[in-house]
Amino acid sequence: MSSQTRRKERIDRGIKVRSEGLYALMSWREMAYLILPRFMLIAGLLCLPFLMPGMYWQRVISIVCIYAIVAISFDFLAHYVGLVCLGGAFFIGTGGYIAGIFNAYFGMPPVLTIPLAAIAGGAFCTLLLLPCLPLRGVYFAIVTLMYPLFMARIIEAFDIFGGTDGILGIDSFPSAFVEQYFVVGILLVFVFGLRRLVTTDMGLIFTAVMDNDQAVRASGINITYYKAMAVFIASAMGCLAGACLTHIYMWSGISQFALDFSILPIAATVIGGAGTLVGPVIGCLILVPVSELLRDFGTLRIVFYATILVAFILFRSDGIMAFAKRKYEQIERWTQI
Amino acid sequence: MNTNQDQPILRMENVSKVFGGVTALREVNLDVFQGDVLGIIGPNGSGKTTIVNSITGFISLTSGRIYFKGKNITGKKPHKIADMGVTRTFQIMRPYYSLPAYKNLVIPLFSPRAKRTGGWRGGGRLGDRKTIAIDILEEIGFERDSYIPFKTTSTLPTGYLKRLELARCLALQPEVIICDEIFSGLSMSEIASMVPLIERIQDDGITIVMIEHRLRELFQVANRVMVLNFGEKLVEGTPDEVMANEQVKEAYFGSEKIEEVMTYA
Ligand SMILES: Nc1ncnc2c1ncn2[C@@H]1O[C@H](COP(=O)(O)OP(=O)(O)O)[C@@H](O)[C@H]1O
Ligand SMILES: [Mg+2]
Repeated sequence: MSSQTRRKERIDRGIKVRSEGLYALMSWREMAYLILPRFMLIAGLLCLPFLMPGMYWQRVISIVCIYAIVAISFDFLAHYVGLVCLGGAFFIGTGGYIAGIFNAYFGMPPVLTIPLAAIAGGAFCTLLLLPCLPLRGVYFAIVTLMYPLFMARIIEAFDIFGGTDGILGIDSFPSAFVEQYFVVGILLVFVFGLRRLVTTDMGLIFTAVMDNDQAVRASGINITYYKAMAVFIASAMGCLAGACLTHIYMWSGISQFALDFSILPIAATVIGGAGTLVGPVIGCLILVPVSELLRDFGTLRIVFYATILVAFILFRSDGIMAFAKRKYEQIERWTQI
Repeated sequence: MNTNQDQPILRMENVSKVFGGVTALREVNLDVFQGDVLGIIGPNGSGKTTIVNSITGFISLTSGRIYFKGKNITGKKPHKIADMGVTRTFQIMRPYYSLPAYKNLVIPLFSPRAKRTGGWRGGGRLGDRKTIAIDILEEIGFERDSYIPFKTTSTLPTGYLKRLELARCLALQPEVIICDEIFSGLSMSEIASMVPLIERIQDDGITIVMIEHRLRELFQVANRVMVLNFGEKLVEGTPDEVMANEQVKEAYFGSEKIEEVMTYA
């Protein structure tokens, strides 16, 4: 029989259908089906620091979380608001420097500098990005890519905030345990917070701005306000991550404006699954350790990155999350036509 | 029909718009009165959409002024003008394709104006947005108890999308609706079913400006008509006056008999 008479069919699992809406309360099995993926994410992230052999790999977990926060903020802006923002490094650097300045120069403890960096940094980044908000698509992307370069050159040229040496003598977190659980906790709050936000009325407006900003204006809604709101949320997250980075390394310097912080989160989002807000975390869990393992290869690392990325785009273009979700929710079988 | 003869609800004063070297509008003057259904006709490229864009703030004027209820609204942002109650549809439809039809209306119902006025017929003060959205969809001809309001907008046929454009305006509880060719691309029967809808909107006290190529249906609802040609106002008057005008016959209808235009235009 020729292959044309058969085709692969995907149908929803019974339990998936049974756990939709109020029916989820039917039994423990349906509830467990709904809770399991969330539980796995939370438990997995909370256990990770324990499972790591030694200090070095525990530190890598903190860095994974930092990148993951930037990556989900990119995913949120790009796939829920329609702003492709390559300013990850801008957010990390701004947050990093604010935390560094207030800790080293004014003696504020991390418990104050981190929230301050998030709010003041978010406001600073939003203000600087405000003139670019009318730009669309690739134009917005390119301009946001320039900001971190611009900041680094300014610090270098005017020799402010320690110039090329950076700011030294910054307090660390009280202990490695606090450091890891703080960043893991923040990451979890952001993942679930954003997934919640996109289902609210404000999230609906964000989607509308992404779909058709002119129609939103014609509806009497100020799109600049909503775009600025979204950029503030994303940049505050990035700045918070940057502040954590500063306190982890007890140093802030112009390498916090390095393009890695703009590029790796995007690669992680592609690999993990764009528009899922969880995929980028999974992408970072893969890419950051790989990049650590390949540290010895120096700049050749970029070749490995590129290879992984191209492979994913070719063979799994919808990312790991979409694949996992399909397997979890649907069964595949061959049927006769 | 004109309840307030002294002050027009909308006034364009010597409005000109030049795009690069192209003069899209030249010294256009226009008064629209409360309760009017004003038709604007003119060949393609004569500047009709440019008029819509100028009134609603989507483009800036080269010169001239626009007033809404005596207030100068020239240069105001589109969302501000919509917020004051002057709404528009887009010639190229602009739905939110990734959202279901009813959620397309939850957006305008969320706007400051809808919150202030209660949205469509003031119902938003009491009910929730989803219910009002479905009420509006029913009013404009979506079958209520069908799955159509819940279908993703990208799967809806043109007829529904045109109605959705109108629904977005209605959701704001507007004072003026400017329709940019909402009949184009629709079948004869679909257009016929839209005419009573326009009349109902007018009965609600909403002033309507209609840009249209379908003269027969337009002349059925319009009480005044303006003819544009190459960005200039050719004539303005009642449908009968416009049809009788020699200049219009020459410029717009060419050599065709007016009866033929009324049927096939
Ligand atoms: N954004 C624009 N940039 C340049 N020229 C434009 C623009 N919009 C309209 N025009 C020009 O202005 C003239 C009037 O266009 P338009 O108002 O769209 O006509 P209509 O809606 O009557 O078909 C046309 O010659 C068109 O090419
Ligand atoms: Mg037009």
